[in-house]
Amino acid sequence: MEETIFQYDFIVKGLLGALFASITAGLAGTYIVSRKMVFLSGGITHASFGGIGIGYFAGFNPVIGAAIFGILSALGVEYLSVRQKIREDSAIGILWAFGMAIGIIFIYLTPGYSPNLMSYLFGSILTVSNADIIALGIMSLILIFYFSIFYRTILYISYDEAFARTYSPYVNVFKYVTTALIALTIVLNIRMAGVILVLSLLTIPPNIAMIFTKVYSRIIVWSVIAGFLGTAAGYAISYFAGIPAGATIIFTLVIIWLIVKGIYKLFRTLSNQQPATSNQQPATSNQEPATSNQQPATSNQQQNNQ
Amino acid sequence: MPYLFEMKSVSVSYGAGYVLRDINFAVNERDFIGVIGPNGGGKTTLLKVILGLLKPVCGTISFISSLADGKRIGYLPQMSTGDNNYPVTVTDVILSGMMIRKRIMSRMSSSDKNKASQVIDELGLSAFAHSSLSELSGGQLQRVFLGRAIIGDPILLLLDEPGNFVDSNFEHDFYERLRILNRRMAILMVSHDIGMISSHVKSYACVNMGLHYHPSSEISNEQLLAYGCPVQLITHGDVPHTVLKTHS
Repeated sequence: MEETIFQYDFIVKGLLGALFASITAGLAGTYIVSRKMVFLSGGITHASFGGIGIGYFAGFNPVIGAAIFGILSALGVEYLSVRQKIREDSAIGILWAFGMAIGIIFIYLTPGYSPNLMSYLFGSILTVSNADIIALGIMSLILIFYFSIFYRTILYISYDEAFARTYSPYVNVFKYVTTALIALTIVLNIRMAGVILVLSLLTIPPNIAMIFTKVYSRIIVWSVIAGFLGTAAGYAISYFAGIPAGATIIFTLVIIWLIVKGIYKLFRTLSNQQPATSNQQPATSNQEPATSNQQPATSNQQQNNQ
Repeated sequence: MPYLFEMKSVSVSYGAGYVLRDINFAVNERDFIGVIGPNGGGKTTLLKVILGLLKPVCGTISFISSLADGKRIGYLPQMSTGDNNYPVTVTDVILSGMMIRKRIMSRMSSSDKNKASQVIDELGLSAFAHSSLSELSGGQLQRVFLGRAIIGDPILLLLDEPGNFVDSNFEHDFYERLRILNRRMAILMVSHDIGMISSHVKSYACVNMGLHYHPSSEISNEQLLAYGCPVQLITHGDVPHTVLKTHS
C-alpha cells in the first residue's frame, strides 16, 4: 500500500516537474539559442554553484543562494557587454570557473557529508521537493505572461538590438529583465537536471524545433513539446534503471533530436524526388524579371562558401 | 516653412576630438537631401544624432511635436545590424518597423499585417514573405530593411548608403520609389557616391565635421572642395566622359 502511494506521488511529481521544466526551459531556451547566449547561460549555471556551496555552509536553502549568484552573474555579464569594457566570452569563462571554485570551497568547509550534493550536480526527481515543483510552476506562469505580453518587443530586440534602440528607450531594461528571468529559470531547473546538464535541457529542445521551423513562436511551442517528451521519458527511465535523472533526460533528448533530424532528412530527400516543378515559385508571385530568380540561390551559395 | 527638426550649434564627440562641429541644419517637410562627404566625415553620426542614439556634447536639436512625441522616423542602416540567422521571417522584420508607432506591449493587428503584405508586394518580395533572412541575397535583404523603414509611415526617412546593396535590377525602381515616398515624407540620404544620387535628390548637405547646406541639386566647385581631397566627377552626356581637375 505504502509502495503504491509512493509511486503515485512520484508519478504526479515527475509529470508536473517535467511539464514545468519543459515550459520554462522551452521559453528561456528559445531565447538563449536564437540570441546565441548558450555560453553565457553555461556561465550562469556554473556560477550559481557558488551560491549552492554558500547555502550549504551557512545553512540556508541552496536554491536561494544559487538564484542570487545566478542573477547577479547574468546581470554582471550583460552590464559588461553593454558597456563593452571587457571581452564577453572571457568574462563568462572567469565567472564560470569562479562560481564552481566558490561552491567547492564552501562545500568542503561544511562539516559532514552533504547527501544532496550529488542531486545538485546531476539532478534527481527523488530529492525534488513540493516547494521546488511549486516554484517551477510559478516560474512557468511568469514566463508565459512575460513572453506573451512582450512577444514582439522581445523578438525584435533580440533580433536587431541596434535597430530597436532607434525607436525604443527600453532596450537595456528588457535585456536585463529577460536575462534575470533566464538565470532564475536555469537555477530552478538545476534541481531537475543538475548543474552539469541543465544547460542542455534549455538548448536541445529549441534545436529539435529549429530542424523543421524557423518561426520564433513555433520554436517555443515545439521546444516545450520536445522538452516534455524528453524529460518525462527521461525520468521514467531514470527511476526504473536507477541512473541519474539529468543524464537520462539529456540522453533521451539527444535521441529525439537524432530521430527528428533523420526523419526530416528522409522527408526532404523524398520530396526532392518529386517532379522538379513543385519547387519552383509561381512566376506571377515574383514581380521581378525571371532572370533575377537565379540570384538568391547563387548569392546564398557564396555566403555559405565564405 | 515648418521644419521637421532643427539643429543649432550641435557638436558631437566620441571622446577625442570632434566628429561633428557646430552644425546648424534644418530639414523641412518634403525635403530630399543628399548627405555627402568623405568617409569618416560624420555622415552616419549625423543620422545617429537625429535618431537620438547619440547625445550632442553641446548645441540643441528641436523636433516638431509629431517627431518629438513618437519617433516617426524611418531608418535604413548602412549594413544589417541584426543577425541574419535569427529565426525571424521577412514579414516579422518588416512588421518590426511598426514599432515606431506602438507601445512596448502592443500586438500586431490584422491591419498591420495587411500593411506588411502590401509593402512586401510593393517591394517584389512576395515569394519570400515567410522565408527566413538567411535565404535572401544582399539586395533582397536591403529591400526588406527598406520595407521596415517605411511601413510605419514615418514623416522623416533616413537612408544610410542605400546604394551599397541595391542590385542593378532594382536600382531604377528603388529611386522611383523614393521619389513617390518623398511626396509624403522628407528624405535624408547618405551617400559617398555623388554621381549616383545627383539625379534624384533636391538638395545637398556636405558633411565633413562641419556641415554645408546647398539648396540646389547642382554640384558646385565649392561642394567638391568640402571633400578636402581630389574628387573625380562623372557627368552624363552624349558621349561617356569624366571631368577631371583643371590644369593649373
